[in-house]
This record gives sequence, C-alpha cells and structure tokens, in this order.
Amino acid sequence: MYTETTATHPSSRVRSRPSTQPRRRNLGHRILGSGLIEALAAPHGVDRYLELIRPGWTLHELRAEITAVRHPAPDSVTLTLRPNHVWRGFDAGQFVRCTVEIDGVQRARCYSPASSAHRPDGLLELTARTHPEGLVSRFLHDHAAPGMVLGLEPAAGDFVLSSDRPEQLALISGGSGITPVMSMLRTLLDEGHGGRIVFLHYARTPDRVPYARELEEIAAQSPNVTVAFAYTRGAPADGLSGHFSTEHLRAVAPDLDATETYVCGPRGLIEAVRATGDPELVHSESFVPPALIIDTDDAVGAVSFARSRIDAPNTGATLLEQAEAAGLNPAHGCRMGICHTCTCRKLAGDVRNVRTGVVSSMEDEDIQICVSVPTGSVALDL
Amino acid sequence: MIDTVPNLTTEQLDTFGRELDAIRQRALDDLGERDLEYIRRMIRIQRGLEVTGRGLLFASFIPPAWLAGVTALSLSKILDNMEIGHNVMHGQYDWTGDPALSGHGFEWDTTCPSDQWRHSHNYMHHTHTNIVGKDRDLGYGILRISEEQSWNPYYLGNPLYAVLLAVFFEWGVAFHDLEVERLGSGDVDWGEKRELLSGIWRKASRQVLKDYVLFPVLAGPQAPLVLAGNATANIVRNLWTFTIIFCGHFPSGVVEFSEEETAEETRGEWYFRQLLGSANLTGSKLFHIMAGNLSHQIEHHLFPDIPAHRYGEIAVEVSELCARFGIPYNTGPLGKQFGSVVKKICRLALPDRLRGAKPAPAAPAAPEAPVTRTRREPVPVAA
Repeated sequence: MYTETTATHPSSRVRSRPSTQPRRRNLGHRILGSGLIEALAAPHGVDRYLELIRPGWTLHELRAEITAVRHPAPDSVTLTLRPNHVWRGFDAGQFVRCTVEIDGVQRARCYSPASSAHRPDGLLELTARTHPEGLVSRFLHDHAAPGMVLGLEPAAGDFVLSSDRPEQLALISGGSGITPVMSMLRTLLDEGHGGRIVFLHYARTPDRVPYARELEEIAAQSPNVTVAFAYTRGAPADGLSGHFSTEHLRAVAPDLDATETYVCGPRGLIEAVRATGDPELVHSESFVPPALIIDTDDAVGAVSFARSRIDAPNTGATLLEQAEAAGLNPAHGCRMGICHTCTCRKLAGDVRNVRTGVVSSMEDEDIQICVSVPTGSVALDL
Repeated sequence: MIDTVPNLTTEQLDTFGRELDAIRQRALDDLGERDLEYIRRMIRIQRGLEVTGRGLLFASFIPPAWLAGVTALSLSKILDNMEIGHNVMHGQYDWTGDPALSGHGFEWDTTCPSDQWRHSHNYMHHTHTNIVGKDRDLGYGILRISEEQSWNPYYLGNPLYAVLLAVFFEWGVAFHDLEVERLGSGDVDWGEKRELLSGIWRKASRQVLKDYVLFPVLAGPQAPLVLAGNATANIVRNLWTFTIIFCGHFPSGVVEFSEEETAEETRGEWYFRQLLGSANLTGSKLFHIMAGNLSHQIEHHLFPDIPAHRYGEIAVEVSELCARFGIPYNTGPLGKQFGSVVKKICRLALPDRLRGAKPAPAAPAAPEAPVTRTRREPVPVAA
C-alpha cells in the first residue's frame, strides 16, 4: 500500500474515542511473563513451549486465529480473526501484516481490516481480493478455515481519519480499496457520528462488490450516510458508469461542499479525485504500487552481501530481488516500500529509491531493499 | 591414515563437482512441507522430553523417577543440540522464513553462544575442513589428532585430555573461539577476546542459573537430586556429542590437507576435500536422529545447508557417485569408527620414534614443502 496523507483541514470536528486499547494482562500472563519463567524457559523462550499447546497461545508474539471464512464475491475472501492478547487494536484505515505458511514457507502480506476499530468482540475482519498471481490471496481463498492461526504485526499506516473527526467527509474507493474506507465508515457509525458521510465505491461489475448489501442497509438506516456504486464495466441502466468524475460526486451528493476526502484504490482513481478537489483535503492510499522506475539495461557495478560473503554483478533489479537471486532469503513483507520489514543496513554505495527516484549515498544507512536499486556497487549487511 | 587417495584429473573433479551440484539442486527444489513437518515434530518431541524430564526430576525421591527424568532430559538436550540446534543454525531451515527456525536467530541449550558457534563451526570448520593449521576442530587446540602436529611432552596426556574434553564438551565448545592455545602462546592477546568472553559469560551464566540454581531451588528438599540430575544430563549429552563428532573427522582413513594444496581450490576440489575429510556412521533410523544425522557427516559436509533428515536419501546417490569415480567412501558402525579414534588419540600421545612411525615432515627443516601425503595432481606421487 502506498500512503500519502496531507495535512487535515480545520473544519468542524468531533472528538473520537481512542481505538487502541491498553494491553490487558491477566494473572496468567503476568506469571508466564515473569523473569523467573523466562529464565527457566531459556534459551528458547516461553512462546516456544506455549505454542505447542495451542498455536495461538503466545505470550509475546502477535497471532490471530481464524474464526470464520466467507466468500462475499467470487474472487474475494473475508476472514474473521481473533487476535491474541498481544493485539493493541488499530485505527480505521490502517493495515496489518499477516503471515501464512504455504508449502512450508512463511509468506507475509498487508491487508487493511474492514471492521470497525470499536468492534465490541475485538474481532478483526479482513477481505482479500484474489489475483491470478496472488500466492497468499489465492491460498487464503482456497484453504483458509476456522482454527487456522496467522502471524500478525501490529497495525500500521498513516491513512487514518484525523483524530478530530471531520464533520462531513467523502469515502471513495476502487476495487479492493474498499476495505480501509469500510472500516472508517463502520468506525464512524459506532462512534455515533452525526455528520454527513458520502460513500462512493468503484467496481468493474456489480457482482464484485464485497460489502454491497451491508452498505445498502447502512444507507437505508442512517439518513446522514449516502452510498453509491459506480461500475467501470457493464453498469446497470440506472447506475453510475465509468471512472471517477466530479459529475459522479455531484450526482450522488449535490449538496456536498469541498470536504475531507479519503480515497483508496488504483492510482488512476486517486489522481482523478485529487485533480477535481482541493488536494489539501484529499487523503489517499493505493494498494497498487506506483510504477517503479527500474531500468535493468544500464546496470553497473556489483552487489556485495557482506554477512553472507556473496558478491554478484548488479542486475539493476531491486536489492531484494537481487538478494533472492543470490540464494538469500531476506525478511520482507509488502515488496512495495510500505511495511519496512525488509529494512537492512547499507554499508556502502549509492542506491536509488524506485518510488521516489531519490538517490542516496550515505554510508551505514538503513534502506528498504524492496524499493532500492543500486546505481553502482553496493555493500549490504545481509 | 589412508595412502590410497585417488588421483583425479581436473576434468574429472569438475564433472564430480557438477554431479554433486545437481544432487544439491534436486534437494533444494524439493524443499517444502515435509521438511518443516519433520523439524517441528523433532521440536515437539524435544520440548516434550524436556518438560517430562524436569517434571520427573521434581519427583526424585522415587529413585526410578530420577533415572527416568535424567534419561528424558539427556535425550532432550541431545536432540536440542544436534538434530535441532546444530542443523537449524546451519541455516537448513532459513528458506521457511520462520523466525523460530532462523539460522541467525536460533539459540540452543548449551553454554556456547550461538553466534560464536556459527563463526567457529559454520565458517571456520566447514570452510577449512581438515586443513591442518586452519581447521581448529582438528584437536580443538587441546589434543594431538594429526601426525602433522609435532609431538611434545604435553601430548603424553592426550588420552586424559580427550576424556576431560568429552566430559566437559559443552565448555570446550563454548571456549572454542577463544583460541586458548593462541592466547597462551601470545599470538592473540586477551583484549581482542574481551567481547567473545562477555558473550560466553552471558550465555553460560543463563545456562548455569537455569540448570544449577533455579530448577534445584524450586525443587525444595529435592534440590541436590535435581542438581545432580541436571548435571548428569549435561554430561550424558557431552559424552554423546563428543563421540559422534569425533567420529566425523578423526577415524582412520580420513584425509588431512595442507594450506598450500588447498590454496586455490575449485568447487570440485572443495567437494573432494569435504568427502575425503569426513566419515560416516552406520546405524538405525533412531541412531541417525539421535546423532543429529551427523552420522551422515560426509553428506553434511558436502551440503551443510540441506535439511539433515534428507542426508540418508542423499547418501545413496553420493556413495554411488563415489563408487563411479573410485573415491573411497568412509563409513562403518560406531564401535569400529570410535575404536579407531581412541586408538589414534592414544597412539599420537607417544613420540613418533617410539611408535616406529616415520617422522612427520619436519616443518622447520623445509617450511615451504607441502606437509601432506595427499596430492590431487594426476602425476606419479613421490611422497
């Protein structure tokens, strides 16, 4: 996911309730987490014993058990997760990094919860759209089942509602970008938000909208919420069709003034929304990485993986890809410069960030290897 | 000692290397669920034995419980150190991406800090296997295990040192990277080793605290029995790991190499050295598991980062390949292999002339001469 958050507009606001709860520790956790038990469980640690009783029973590691699996649309899977006691909650719009094991290999991907940040049962709902090459999404679609345990990382991301909630706001999404704005809508409703909310979602066809029925029910029950769907292919006669335009927004909510807008979806949608409104008011996140500037033709120099004592000619690909090609298996997550799992110490050399184009030549600098390409010889602490 | 090292041409060694590379690649391509299930099952068994053993030791007032507790805890420590710790720390399961199985993150139930082990074992020993003067596992800086080490009266105690090393093997391993013998000779000064020492102190003190203070104290009146039980389990593990490891490189027939002849090795030559420098043990499936599959020492040295439970399958291909190239494949039952190690340790305690052996090529007299009996060039061998 790619996040750009601009300064929030000083419009009228209501205060929100904090969504991250303090970590509750019961007596059992306190005993197990005591120095004595840790010393007795050395060198492996308490979690390496507890997880053998039940995989989700870890004291320090954040994990979640799947409690329900639904397929709201043919190419989507919705998981309900019960995180263990390590979970500290999330802010609507944030993402979590989930780890699953596929044929013995742990794979991590980031998903934005679609559930309300205030859900009373503390469960988490994730919806993943399957891609033909999406290893993890296809695995979850085909094999996720209640009882399966996933690894989680604490929620992260800056695409969140400002803590002083804007009085009126527009939530615009495209495709699988519906999940973080769905979470924002549900969170606002749980907070009793009385201001105007316009929810506009773009999908290719009507059968591909995961939360269609719930959104229609919300619109019917909440006079302050307007929901509309627009279809870029095969729209029904009475619906909106085509890509985002000011006309769409005006047709849905003629009375809406310039307002705080949260948009999540493909780059084209975000650019279109940004172009028509006040860019200062637009907060956006894209699940699709921006076109990465990678040129493998002019690659020069060599990449040295110092800790593994491997040197290889620079191929011009990202350092993560080059490390994998050299037989290494560095920790990584999103592969698009979001989650910082792959952050690694660069010992020497110049790298270009393919998202920003910025070249950095500092020595002993931490870089995200999934979005860094060497511009010459580079040494990494890998 | 072997005098029949085959002379392979450079082309033959290249072909040999490529065939071994192909075996390795086939194993890598096949890694998956099966390997992960295997190591996780081993971990479950080890943790089960550990908890059971410690529990039984708390009931030490019943003598059979003490014995059963010591047995379970000994088996737990052996599994932890060998089939799990040693193999995981080789990076054999790094491909899983599981932090609990990461070669760089794993810590084992011995006094040796894992990071120092990775340096002294994974790098120093596995890279320089059986090169006299570079592989510090040849005698551990304490024993005379090679004729290339010139005799002095200190080595009269060779058998005694071996027994002490066996009993306190985890401490020998913990202090291995300190290079005590070089500290003594003044080649290295203590200042350079301060960081290593503090690492050993941190790890060893946690191990001592757990086995010799906390568990005994928690057992109340049983404290002396629990302490004795934990100490016994550690010693049983020490004796077993010493036995298996010494059978890996020191039985008769294993070849040593000189720095000169290995200075510019090709991949094929490196494989060749690993093969001639290692020896296998035959035995049942359970024996191989308890040996951490280091009973397949040859396969382990050829492919140190392939999951060890596959070595048995790979051994079939490797021994067939060796037969094809006329390369000796050193293997035998534990009794025979360990017997030859014991004999070697005792024999080398004595000065060469007392044994009627030909003196080792005298390094001071001709320091530039190759100091080994193995040559790889396909020319008539003079030595």
